[in-house]
Amino acid sequence: MLLAASSIADMLSTQTTSGWLPVFVAAVVHVALVGAFFGLPAGIFIWAERKISGRIQDRLGPTRVGGRFGWLQSLADGVKLLQKEDLIPAQADAFLFRVSPYIVVVAAFMAFMFLPFSSGLVAVAMDIGLFVALAVLSLEVLGVVLAGYSSGSKWSLFGGMREAAQMVSYEVPLGLTAVIPVVLAGSMNLTDIGNMQAGWASNWFIFHDPFSFLAFFVFFTATLASNKRAPFDLAEAESELVAGFLTEYSGFRWSLFFLAEYAAMFFVSGLATILFLGGWWTGFAPLDNWLASLASSCWQGDYIVRVIGMKVFLTKSAILVCVQIWIRWTLPRLRIDQVMTTCLKYLVPIACFLFIGVVVYPLVLLTVLGRTTLLPGTGPFAEPIGERVPVPVVRQPIETASAVVDGPAAVTTEEH
Amino acid sequence: MENLLFLIYAIAACGGAVGVALSQNVVRMAFWLVISLASVSGLFFMLGADFVGATQLLIYVGGTVVLLIFGVMLTTTGPYLAIKTNPAEMIQASVVGVAFLGVVLSTVTAVDWSGNRATLEHAGLVSRPGSYYQQGEGNTSRQIGTALLGVRFDQMEQGAAASDEAAHGHHHDGHTHADHAHGNHAHGAADHHHETISASPRVGSGYLLPFEIVSVHLLVVLIGASYLARAKRRVEQAA
Repeated sequence: MLLAASSIADMLSTQTTSGWLPVFVAAVVHVALVGAFFGLPAGIFIWAERKISGRIQDRLGPTRVGGRFGWLQSLADGVKLLQKEDLIPAQADAFLFRVSPYIVVVAAFMAFMFLPFSSGLVAVAMDIGLFVALAVLSLEVLGVVLAGYSSGSKWSLFGGMREAAQMVSYEVPLGLTAVIPVVLAGSMNLTDIGNMQAGWASNWFIFHDPFSFLAFFVFFTATLASNKRAPFDLAEAESELVAGFLTEYSGFRWSLFFLAEYAAMFFVSGLATILFLGGWWTGFAPLDNWLASLASSCWQGDYIVRVIGMKVFLTKSAILVCVQIWIRWTLPRLRIDQVMTTCLKYLVPIACFLFIGVVVYPLVLLTVLGRTTLLPGTGPFAEPIGERVPVPVVRQPIETASAVVDGPAAVTTEEH
Repeated sequence: MENLLFLIYAIAACGGAVGVALSQNVVRMAFWLVISLASVSGLFFMLGADFVGATQLLIYVGGTVVLLIFGVMLTTTGPYLAIKTNPAEMIQASVVGVAFLGVVLSTVTAVDWSGNRATLEHAGLVSRPGSYYQQGEGNTSRQIGTALLGVRFDQMEQGAAASDEAAHGHHHDGHTHADHAHGNHAHGAADHHHETISASPRVGSGYLLPFEIVSVHLLVVLIGASYLARAKRRVEQAA
């Protein structure tokens, strides 16, 4: 189904003479699929948060809705929220108050358009995918700030201002650590970055060198803050600000904020998976090799491998989301000055240091050891970045398809 | 389809700009500014200038948030202070606006658009509707990066055989733009062997030095501004 969407415009353009219809149909299919990936994980993770937080606090969490485990709890919550009255305070700037939840949702949704779920399974493949995804994700904060301002409440205004200060600060370490895999891969294309980490898990960028290992944790911390997850959820801070920017919201608009938050959690986890944790590759070289050979054997194999890759990717991302939930229910909330200190006095210098370290590290190794990796000279673990298992042939547009098929995807040898 | 999308973005960009001018609340102005700037970035994406579009989103639209904060925190004392303009200012502003509109319109009508298109086609820079490929759209960031370093893939010199330098990943990727078979970038050198290259990029001085000068200049301005702001506060404390 996803594969069909990726080339549906090409397929339909052979069937009809109309210029805009295939593009339109393809766009609708893409939007529907991305919408499914935007909405479904959010619902699942809201349920997971309730279950995991319950277990961490020695409770059971939801148990009844939908039979066992309360797995339909999110749906029941959604129905309840839809029935609530849509209140707008008399003090509020009604227009901005109405509009700001949509800004948040649109920003989170747009970010998903640039996230590849497997090699080639991406709504908009771009050479600057990482850059534009981070740019779009940072717009989410705009909605939060507007919501805080337009509510006409001091609690909301405080929450919005805190969120703005926090976001402007945490963008810096987030950007600096996101650049580190870009330096390693030599590309900002998320599909390329993912495909370069095929093979053994030692090829994952998190294990590339000590600096990128630390960079992953800095990146993860910065994404927690940019998603306003605990311990950085100062924008809500219900112990001091009632509910921060959410104070005046109810019903559907309130649920839109939450939908966007959980979708963004999943998005940054997916981004961390692609950048540092091998993306859609299993981390087990024989298995990756087998998958890649299956992919190049026939188009059905190609499709199956992509779906398997998507499963791997979703599993890794879901684990990271669970870590986010685990952190939320483990660490106490920081004070706002501690949040800013953490970022400006610790994370930013650390990120700068890691960035310089990643750039210098291969040069130092090359000077001392004569090669760019610490791993032993031969053997399966020693494949340097760029010398990888075959990458599945990507379906090409119809005009150039024949030109690419005759160049079989041999071992990629982009040597240093 | 493209015309429809262009119409949507163009209306949003112009409507946002009008909204900025007509609204009297600082935060609403910022909101309309966001709409306008984001629509302009959409227009950039439609033109295939993906790097410029993303930069527009990151710097202008994201920067508007900072503007919003300063707008709220520094200029207004109450929550919903309206900014009122008196008639004299309206007249001045509309004179300037109409004059600027005249300049823009005369420029637009004076440009030889079809001639520009021929130049672009000659350089291989015109995007064709069928040439979408899945692994990377736009493909402008590498060329901007290499042009910054002085290697111009959009200005090819014919004849020189540069295919021996397979070690340079940039080299190959630049050529994919020049509309050879668009392969996966990770294939890199694998594609390289069955691809004959008859042209090499022009190598010049690049823009790295001007870029660095400008960025250092901005840094100096930033530090100077913060120093001035801080000095003023210190004097107040002393008094």
